[in-house]
Amino acid sequence: MAAAENAPSAGEYILHHLTFLSNKTPHGIVDFSVINLDSVFFAVLLAAAFGGSFYLAARTATAGVPGKFQNFVELVVEFVDNQVKDTFHGSSKVIAPLALTIFCWVFLFNAMDLLPVDLLPALAHGAGIEHLKVVPTTDLNVTFGMSLTVFILIIYYSIKMKGLGGFIRELTLQPFTSKNVAVQAILVPINLLLELVTLFARPVSLALRLFGNLYAGEMIFLLLALLTLSSGFGGLATVGGWLGLIAQGVLGLAWAIFHILVITLQAFIFMVLTVVYLAMANEHH
Amino acid sequence: MNINLTLIVQMLVFIILIWFTMKFVWPIILGAMEERSKKIAQGLAAAEQGEQALAQARERAEAIVREARDRASQIIDNAQHRANDLVEQAKGTASTEGQRLVAAAQQQIELEASRARESLRREVAQIAVQAASKLLQREIDPKAHADLISKLATQI
Repeated sequence: MAAAENAPSAGEYILHHLTFLSNKTPHGIVDFSVINLDSVFFAVLLAAAFGGSFYLAARTATAGVPGKFQNFVELVVEFVDNQVKDTFHGSSKVIAPLALTIFCWVFLFNAMDLLPVDLLPALAHGAGIEHLKVVPTTDLNVTFGMSLTVFILIIYYSIKMKGLGGFIRELTLQPFTSKNVAVQAILVPINLLLELVTLFARPVSLALRLFGNLYAGEMIFLLLALLTLSSGFGGLATVGGWLGLIAQGVLGLAWAIFHILVITLQAFIFMVLTVVYLAMANEHH
Repeated sequence: MNINLTLIVQMLVFIILIWFTMKFVWPIILGAMEERSKKIAQGLAAAEQGEQALAQARERAEAIVREARDRASQIIDNAQHRANDLVEQAKGTASTEGQRLVAAAQQQIELEASRARESLRREVAQIAVQAASKLLQREIDPKAHADLISKLATQI
């Protein structure tokens, strides 16, 4: 917590926590000259953590008796592999590794939420960095970055499996069909509209679901932190300060424990939906 | 909250990470797992085969033991038969030998008896001739009366 003297107001505190470490202040909704350095840093760091540890496990993997870490990695790999096999019946070298990457990476992103909300920002502050958002999945750019990549893969697989004509037919000739050519011609724009909404809803919902859940989770932690914000260490001299501390501890613990579920579940949902979407793109209707 | 360059960077990092996982993580770990499951399957198959082989070997061993036991009892039977035969044969030889010995002894006895009888007869004949010559007070020519004497000897 910040010291009691010159303590920020609740609004300032939360706004401070919701501000990215950027190269410059963004203007407007879309500004491609801005980059969120904290999101990129943690994304790359966690990518390295996942890639590095799994690469290490893969390099030392034996068909004999596996070590403890190899066991863990195999557990994750087998879990993802089963999920993919249940949903995706085609043959693709990309989808299973993609699912593993999504699950582990998003899980690590989300798990950053379990670190005390002020820990890394306070350390960064000590190092002279003003703002630091620790959880990359509370950045829309990160979640959209992933979901748009998945979207590109959906389009790629749709065209690869059905051909461009097949893909367009799928977008225009269903769900409403008619044997009468004139009626069908009228139905085409309606179908196209419906199918395009369905198509574009996929990346949007993927990104927003993950972002919303983690953003809300982080917000709760921030709100709980407000309980001791104004009092600081000086609050320990008063009964109210102690009550606030206990309340923050108990509620924070409860929310963190519940959040373990959210973290895992959101990573899992992102993975499964990606596989489902790609499976649908891979199938003929 | 705005959309910015982070989106593009995140996509790039994501794609690179997918590529990395696809290239260096997934196939290697899955390969190791598949190889292990293959090994385990082979091991189980080998164990089953071994068990079958053991059962077969046990059966064969039992058959061999049974055959050996049969042959042994056959050999014992044969030996007993042979022993009985030998005893019978020996008994046969012994009794014929005994009979032969008895017969020979009897022959000997008869021969001795007839010889003794002969010599006794001759002595009696001589004694009779001497007695008769004494009675007659004169010498009887034994040659002249040989006929008579041998007749007497046979009558005794």
